[in-house]
Amino acid sequence: MARLKVNNDKIHNKKELIEICPFDAIEEVNGKIEINAACRMCKICVKQGPEGAIEYIEDEVEEIDKSKWNGIAVCVDHLDGEIHPVTYELIGKAKELAAVIDHPVYALMIGSDISDKAEEILHYGVDKVFIYDKPELKRFRIEPHATAFVDFIEKIKPSSILVGSTTIGRQLAPRVAARMKTGLTADCTVLKIKENTDLVQIRPAFGGNIMAEIVTPNHRPQIATVRYKIMDVAERTDEKTGEIVSCHIDDEKLETTVDIIEIAKKDKEKSIEESDVLVVAGRGVKNEDDLKMLEELADLLGAQVACTRPLCEAGWFKNTNQIGLSGRTVRPELIITCGVMGAVQFIAGMGQAGTIISINEDENAPIFNTAHYGLVGDLYEIIPDLIEKIKLEKGA
Amino acid sequence: MNIIVCIKQVPSSNKVDVDPETGVILRDGAESKMNPYDLYALESALKLKEEKNGHVTVVTMGPPQAKAVIREAYSMGVDHGVLLTDRKFGGADVLATSYALSQGIEKIGNYDLIICGKQTTDGDTAQVGPEIAEWLDIPSLSYVSEILDANEDHVQVEMDMPDDIEISNIKYPCLLSVEKDIVMPRLPSYILKKDTKDREIEVLTLDDMNDRDENNYGLNGSPTQVQRMFPPESNLEQEIWNEDEEELTVKLFDKLKELKFV
Repeated sequence: MARLKVNNDKIHNKKELIEICPFDAIEEVNGKIEINAACRMCKICVKQGPEGAIEYIEDEVEEIDKSKWNGIAVCVDHLDGEIHPVTYELIGKAKELAAVIDHPVYALMIGSDISDKAEEILHYGVDKVFIYDKPELKRFRIEPHATAFVDFIEKIKPSSILVGSTTIGRQLAPRVAARMKTGLTADCTVLKIKENTDLVQIRPAFGGNIMAEIVTPNHRPQIATVRYKIMDVAERTDEKTGEIVSCHIDDEKLETTVDIIEIAKKDKEKSIEESDVLVVAGRGVKNEDDLKMLEELADLLGAQVACTRPLCEAGWFKNTNQIGLSGRTVRPELIITCGVMGAVQFIAGMGQAGTIISINEDENAPIFNTAHYGLVGDLYEIIPDLIEKIKLEKGA
Repeated sequence: MNIIVCIKQVPSSNKVDVDPETGVILRDGAESKMNPYDLYALESALKLKEEKNGHVTVVTMGPPQAKAVIREAYSMGVDHGVLLTDRKFGGADVLATSYALSQGIEKIGNYDLIICGKQTTDGDTAQVGPEIAEWLDIPSLSYVSEILDANEDHVQVEMDMPDDIEISNIKYPCLLSVEKDIVMPRLPSYILKKDTKDREIEVLTLDDMNDRDENNYGLNGSPTQVQRMFPPESNLEQEIWNEDEEELTVKLFDKLKELKFV
């Protein structure tokens, strides 16, 4: 139990104290300072206000026995047995965390006909893969999958659980956390661990404008979701280590009122706004035929090809592929501009991209003021070479 | 058909800075607005209301000022609004927020469908919806990209999965988190705003809840604690590489690999 106590006798300048609160939760009512329902208990008023004006009072809480919770678990993210690569990144992080506190690393896989798929996990250095393999668990459905997940937690009692921030993970993790009445931290970008097994979870808030460091000091398990491509992937070894443990759960616990009636393949064509990676053609691309080279690069990167206004006007692209003030605004994780000068109208449509790489022969091209990595050089020499290198890497 | 929509008042701007010396959050003004993702949830509910002759209630948790978003919802066509407000609700994380909302929803009662937006712009977690459903012990679906039909006892929806679209029937009561762009939200109507200016907003405090144990709400009911806030490192320095093409290609390839795009 924790609360804030206002000591009005220690407040000399009310206005100053009121302004300390970033959430407007301190107000003056009938000449006295009060804290209203906007309070988020950030305790800034305790730290920044006049000494003793607002006190943070914490009653003793009964501490849980953390030694009863052992292991760092990873939820294997998959749809119909096809394992999402975020899983191997989570295993990489779990191994790193587990080494600090000398805990085992577990994986949890829930589905139907997945036993052979689970074998693959053993190449990544986990100690145990727990599988719930039942026809009732075929295809992801929230209630039965959450029930199997909770069954795993209750039997194995892992200290921390990492879940991929995917379409499935973002539905499953909150249901499991609420059923266990424990904490859940979304989209962590940094994870560390204390010796007392507390997981230190760092995540962006307010649209990434601020980072918050979050702990779950008196609840287990600690659950965190992590997006794809944040952590480093665990190395795959040729030999298998660890073991697969089959778990049993009663059929009647797996009932649901959600009835999947149809699964339709999605139209693969995404708009350039939806694309995580974009390759952009500018006027430095001399012939329409040369776009094939950029398309090949885009394919290798899982990207789409977009363009600047002149290329759209030349009829090389549909106007839905044009970036800029008169076209689309994009915010991909990565954008590679090829032969783009970087007019302000263009920059306005892509300046917020996560990483901007620009190739241009002219070292005075304005695009280099915006690019994070600017390559002064000939795209006709760089791109084909790059394509070969990526192909080699993928073949390896 | 009775629909409940969960909405939230959020800061107008995401612009927040932390004073590096004092650690105090500096925010540009105190302007606030309805969470933009909630507009899609509201519109989905209002369309169902019109087609199925339904009734729409909005519920929000926040300070008394959060009544503003309920007024806005009234001017869009919502029938009833409930504000959960209590100092003891303050400092709530995902678990305590979803618990308070689920308690409020139980007080409202008699609902078929709960609709939430995808996420909020201040927390960005997208987790409160599914946790509410768990507390209420009802099925939930996120990433709902279309509501195809609403029948007597179930709703038929499309869920947007990475590689496919899944069409499911879900029995009432259930909770849906809808995608942005599922429908085009309407603008508030001036006439409705005038007509509803005296409409009551129901206020619920801790004392009105079925569970009045303050240990389950706000900071006390939150398993997670924010230890500190700090500005993100701006590690994106600008680099200009001016070498021969062969070397440039090697550097570019290594960078793409380092950033995990290869």
